[in-house]
Amino acid sequence: MTTMATPTHSAGAKAPDYNPKSESAGAKRAKSIIFHAAALVLTAIVLYPGLWMIASSFKPNAEIGGQNTSLWSNNFSFDNFVTAMEGIGGVSTLQFFTNSLILALGAVVGTILSASVSAYAFARINFPGRSLFFGMMIATLLLPFHVVIIPQYIVFQQLGLVDTYVPLLIGKFLAADAFFVFLMVQFMRGLPAELDEAARIDGAGHARIFGSIMLPLMKPALISTSIFSFIWSWNDFLGPLLYLNTPDKYPLPLALRLFVDQTQSSDYGAMIAMSVLALLPVLLFFLIFQRYIVEGVSTQGLKG
Amino acid sequence: MTQSPTLSRRSTAPAPAQLRRSKRNGADARAGYTFLLPWLLGFIALTVGPMISSLYLSFTNYNLFEPPKWIGLDNYTTLFQDERFLQSVGVTLGYVVFGTPLKLAAALAVAMLLNSKRRGQGFYRSAFYAPSLIGASVSIAIVWKAMFGDSGPVDQGLSFFGINLGGWVGNPAMTMPMFILLTVWQFGAPMVIFLAGLKQIPNELYEAASMDGAGPVRKFFNITWPMLSPVIFFNLLMETIHAFQIFASAYIISNGEGGPAGSTLFYTLYLYLRGFSDFRMGYASAMAWLLVIVVGIITLIFFRTSKSWVHYSGDSR
Repeated sequence: MTTMATPTHSAGAKAPDYNPKSESAGAKRAKSIIFHAAALVLTAIVLYPGLWMIASSFKPNAEIGGQNTSLWSNNFSFDNFVTAMEGIGGVSTLQFFTNSLILALGAVVGTILSASVSAYAFARINFPGRSLFFGMMIATLLLPFHVVIIPQYIVFQQLGLVDTYVPLLIGKFLAADAFFVFLMVQFMRGLPAELDEAARIDGAGHARIFGSIMLPLMKPALISTSIFSFIWSWNDFLGPLLYLNTPDKYPLPLALRLFVDQTQSSDYGAMIAMSVLALLPVLLFFLIFQRYIVEGVSTQGLKG
Repeated sequence: MTQSPTLSRRSTAPAPAQLRRSKRNGADARAGYTFLLPWLLGFIALTVGPMISSLYLSFTNYNLFEPPKWIGLDNYTTLFQDERFLQSVGVTLGYVVFGTPLKLAAALAVAMLLNSKRRGQGFYRSAFYAPSLIGASVSIAIVWKAMFGDSGPVDQGLSFFGINLGGWVGNPAMTMPMFILLTVWQFGAPMVIFLAGLKQIPNELYEAASMDGAGPVRKFFNITWPMLSPVIFFNLLMETIHAFQIFASAYIISNGEGGPAGSTLFYTLYLYLRGFSDFRMGYASAMAWLLVIVVGIITLIFFRTSKSWVHYSGDSR
């Protein structure tokens, strides 16, 4: 309302008659309103698919699509979820959840163990060939995954390991997700070198330094790694599609595909309800660890 | 002889210490490889080994049941006469060339909008990021297919404005825009990275530019763009490489067929179909190696051209 110029907080030696930061309170307020209006419109657009999905999962089939564009319905019910929980192909949805959980937890444990040890070698031990291997590890970050799937499949097939979880988990225990190794190396390099030196002088070997000094200090990196390896494993589709044949071993993404195939979109509501169920753990993770996830992305450049 | 832990390890050391160090070097080498063992095993058994054997397979005819038969460059020459292959290249390039820049432009624009000390910034940042976490999942592919299907909400919404496109999913001309919207919708991850980069730019630069009478456009091209160029480069490289590898969404939306009329036959989907439906594993290996070569060349071009437009500040990196 007032047109009085507000003084700037930067008390530098600037020309007093021309100060770019001085704005009238009214202009400031208008800018703020424009900012929030733009941001809110954008939020509505970005969140719309999610809201549509959740709303549709509670609607009767007849009200999804067609002339009915409203997100609201007077006939909201849990019917779709009841159908979705029955599962598909003679396997209950609870079983699919269990399978997804086993795979995701296996991925977290494997990645934490293997990536942290390997990262310690890269970040803290001087050995011949280190920079060469480090360069190769970075190169695998950029390597399209598809170049290895055919030979890997052939080997696992000959070992009789197709239709088991071994092909899906072994890479996690061998630090095959270079991203996590890289993340941990970066984190460890940020820890003061004096810590290791002091421990060495006290006679501690690498195992002690790693276990008693590095691991406890690496908690933030370990948490980021756990969250992302869980979510990536939970959403993974190609791996299970290649290796799993029997529905009772399917994780949720494969179960969803089976559902789409078998119902041929005749039960839209149940299909969307199952999609919601499959995303639920990821969304819960996001709500709980929001800060961690977004900070992790902004500092480590992690892909979503 | 008491050494303080704060002493730098590169201090001028007397002879006994040097002796100790060389002994330590041997121990370090052993420890180094012991700790590196998981990664090293994985690297050899799951990356290098398979890469070499897929290179070999790419010169053979192999169907998983009979031993591979050497056919030289036949797979590669056949590829370039295979219309479906050429179509998959076109589809994928279209997606990469249009989807990635649009996604990054959206990410940068929104990051610049959010880069201010205003209330609610954290909320918006999280809300915009959320799609990146779930965008590549099967669930979202199902939702996308339903939303862009015949008489889905997108079609209904557009017809409200008098635009009648019908379902996008069944229309070969509209499937690519649908996939591009799906990737642009996930602008949140690069946006968060841009936002972190924008926060590093000292405000004094903008203040000085304002005093010199620079408008927002000049400020963007003379300050924001060069200062942010390492982050732009990182995002561009990673997003491009990722875009080549889109699979789950394409598989689900097209029922694993790449239709209608091959308009969603993405490279990786065709590779999968050739390798694991037709069991032409040699052929699929040749496709995989071509992808590696193309991605490698693109990476190289990015790095080469980066010298002219990416500016690293003197102190860091």
